[in-house]
Amino acid sequence: MMPNTEIYNLKVNGKNHEVRDAWVGESLLYVLRERLGLPGSKGACEQGECGSCTVIMDGQAVCSCLVMAATAIDAEIKTIEGLSPDGELTEVQDAFITEGGVQCGFCTPGLVVAIEHLLNNNQSPSEIEIKEAISGNICRCTGYGRIFEAVQTAVATRRAGK
Amino acid sequence: MSSATKISTRRDILGASALRPDGSAKVSGKFEFSSDLHAEHMLWGATLRSPHPFARIVSIDFAAAYKISGVEAIITAQDVPGKKTYGLIASDQPVFASEIVRYVGEPIAAVAADHPETCRRALAAIKVEYEILTPITDAEVALLPQTMQIHPDGNLFRHQRIVTGDQNLQGDVIVEGTYEMGMQDQAFLGLEAALAIPDSGGAGVEMYVATQWLHEDQKQIAACLNLPIDKIRLTLGGVGGAFGAREDISLQVHCALLALHTSRPIKMQYSREESFYGHVHRHPAKIWIRHHATRAGVIQRIESRMVFDGGAYASTSSAVLINGITHIQGPYRCSNATVDGFAVRTNNPPCGAMRGFGVVQACYAHESQMDKLAVACGVSPVEIRLLNAMVTGDKLITGQVVESVAPVARCITETDSIAMPAPLAHDANALEIVGGSGLTSLPHNIVRGVGWGVSIKNLMYSETFDDFATARCQLQDGVVHLKYATVEVGQGFVILAPQIARSVLGVDEVVIDPVDTRIGSAGSTSASRQTWMSGGAVDGACRLVRQRLFEHVGKIHNIDPLRLVIEDTDVVDMLGDFRISVIEASTGVLIEETFEHHHRPTEELDANGQGNCHVAFAFVAHRAVVDVDVELGLVKVIQIATAQDVGRVLNPIAALGQIEGGIAQGLGLAVMEEIVLDNGKMRNPSFTDYLLPTALDAPQVVAIMIEEPEPQAPLGAKGIGEPPCISVTPAIAAAIRNATGRDLSRVPIRPQDICL
Repeated sequence: MMPNTEIYNLKVNGKNHEVRDAWVGESLLYVLRERLGLPGSKGACEQGECGSCTVIMDGQAVCSCLVMAATAIDAEIKTIEGLSPDGELTEVQDAFITEGGVQCGFCTPGLVVAIEHLLNNNQSPSEIEIKEAISGNICRCTGYGRIFEAVQTAVATRRAGK
Repeated sequence: MSSATKISTRRDILGASALRPDGSAKVSGKFEFSSDLHAEHMLWGATLRSPHPFARIVSIDFAAAYKISGVEAIITAQDVPGKKTYGLIASDQPVFASEIVRYVGEPIAAVAADHPETCRRALAAIKVEYEILTPITDAEVALLPQTMQIHPDGNLFRHQRIVTGDQNLQGDVIVEGTYEMGMQDQAFLGLEAALAIPDSGGAGVEMYVATQWLHEDQKQIAACLNLPIDKIRLTLGGVGGAFGAREDISLQVHCALLALHTSRPIKMQYSREESFYGHVHRHPAKIWIRHHATRAGVIQRIESRMVFDGGAYASTSSAVLINGITHIQGPYRCSNATVDGFAVRTNNPPCGAMRGFGVVQACYAHESQMDKLAVACGVSPVEIRLLNAMVTGDKLITGQVVESVAPVARCITETDSIAMPAPLAHDANALEIVGGSGLTSLPHNIVRGVGWGVSIKNLMYSETFDDFATARCQLQDGVVHLKYATVEVGQGFVILAPQIARSVLGVDEVVIDPVDTRIGSAGSTSASRQTWMSGGAVDGACRLVRQRLFEHVGKIHNIDPLRLVIEDTDVVDMLGDFRISVIEASTGVLIEETFEHHHRPTEELDANGQGNCHVAFAFVAHRAVVDVDVELGLVKVIQIATAQDVGRVLNPIAALGQIEGGIAQGLGLAVMEEIVLDNGKMRNPSFTDYLLPTALDAPQVVAIMIEEPEPQAPLGAKGIGEPPCISVTPAIAAAIRNATGRDLSRVPIRPQDICL
């Protein structure tokens, strides 16, 4: 067993989780994936450069690889798993599939979380606002073209639904 | 039954933009990548790596590491029960180095422990004493006879010449140059990861791994473990991109060994830094090339010397070299050639497959030359390329006749027809201007440039290699099950295979069985080959099943099976009124067929580089428009126009995704992506320091897909994965030259290359 372990609580997707015997050096990403059974957030750089691990923490999009889990005990955390808890896809998720925004899919959960966050704060983002909002999420497969299309489609669908 | 002809409205057959069956899982975080796998009582594995590019191992002391609570095993070369080395072509790379380390990052030992942090501490506690040797990091130096041999196999992986036609011809116009390319990383997002579960009793291993070629991994792992091949059973773990970097073994043997050694499941996952050390990269290359042409610009002869730095171990260097030298003429006619190619061992990180495989380096050189030739002959970049464009039936410098459809001129003219982007607006958002939000670029320093690149790329494996693909099709109650070992890395075979089954068999429901080694090989997901090869295998298996379905229906309904066809979702008598749904016709029967697709045989090259070594070719043209801040050396790629020879479009959205994605990787190589090496040591093994194109770097892409079905290809479709990333790099380089007037003979082009 690792030295310097702790017991603490995290509130993720509206649910309280007890984290037991966890080394205090663990990142939020590690705890989500390896201890709480929430592997939807992905790790690809460990440096906050690629955005694959993006989660919403107290209303802010953050890289969960850069957050120490033990410092997130009072925060409201929302992960990709919390976006469509009943299995019904959001407009953003649906548009990623229909517009071809998914290839290998490793960057997709982080991108979906980042775009949901954008659209919740800006219902009609301009093209350049979309690009800026996801410029912290690296995708190596698509060249971003189909992802831009997916965001535009999601914006239109959300607008039509209101 | 109805005699009315139904018009198909099904969206999921060939030619339609069918959607990814794994899309829903991928957008909701439920798709299981290899890094998401878990097993009860599993341990974590980690690798100890050399910090030196060239050194003798004097001693290794594990005592302190063993004392760390939670460490369960440490293994080294002496724990490898079978073959001590592995490799795709030549088996020259040690599973663990025991006497000499030949590159920074070479594995020396592996640890199994209860927590990744315990692993990290154990690795830090292992004391290795080295006798440091002077690394050989310059490929030209490695070739000199007096240079120390880095490996018992020598410093030369392969030398091959191409000598054809008049060796003394001198053109009226001669242009020459030396071109260099840095080392590019594939930078897939999903890090190397695997889960190995030992059989009880240690007789074998069940392994889940992200790879490009399950059967090749299986073969290499079994040899190192000294186990019969069927005792190593591989299942594909979800793959987060590959681009060539997963064709070689990385952690597979280490993970399987630790599982057998500890009798516990082992999970291994590289960090991003370890990933840079743990997989092969694109070869850095130095290419001298001289073109001889008539005054009008007709190419008469090429001379070239090409040196590829393969790093410390062979990987696929010998095949990369052959691709390089056999594509150095580009998509242009040329009858006389003198080409000398060398793939060289150095103490740099090992290089192997990356999207474009040797052709990327060649294309950057020949396209840079085409622009020089255009200037020398007083014609435009488009004119010089059209003047020399090859056509079907032309003979390559290897003597091979291009039998593939070769719409080179059409690629160029259709690209040329695409509208240029609007000039930079005076009120443009800062993020649309070169330099970005810092507003560093003054408007009068921004110069727009235009450049061209055109390429030829071989499809499938070459030089006698029979890279066949296997698929099995089962039809029962209107449902098709497909079984194959074809690796999905993101490219979309998972969409294409059901499209094929629906088109051939008239079914709607297609189930893809687990992708594993419980069927014959599908070959590697590389070389733009799976649509052709595994697509051909799925198509072949489905056609055999269809034939048996027709025989079954014909027997019951007393109709000659030869009169039956599939129309939409029905079996129909094309000479009568009979019609029955495929669901009804297949109810209560199980029809199963397996098919292997082989491409036509190829030949070795002889001593003069002559031989039909390639299977088929695809072509593409790119035109780049860039804005350059000529004072600060900053570049923004504004637009890429492209027309690509695809044979036939099987899925428009998926095809466009391949084209846009490939262009982004070629853009990266042109202006930002390079593993910077300092005496064999990587200076930037992280996503903070190795720069990748972001959403703000993505140019407008305008793509035309040229559909001239390829007669050789089972579905008429050529592979489309590699061409998009090949000629876009020289096109961008040419556009920057056009904007700056600088020679720029090396990519990636850095700010200091432009402004200093």
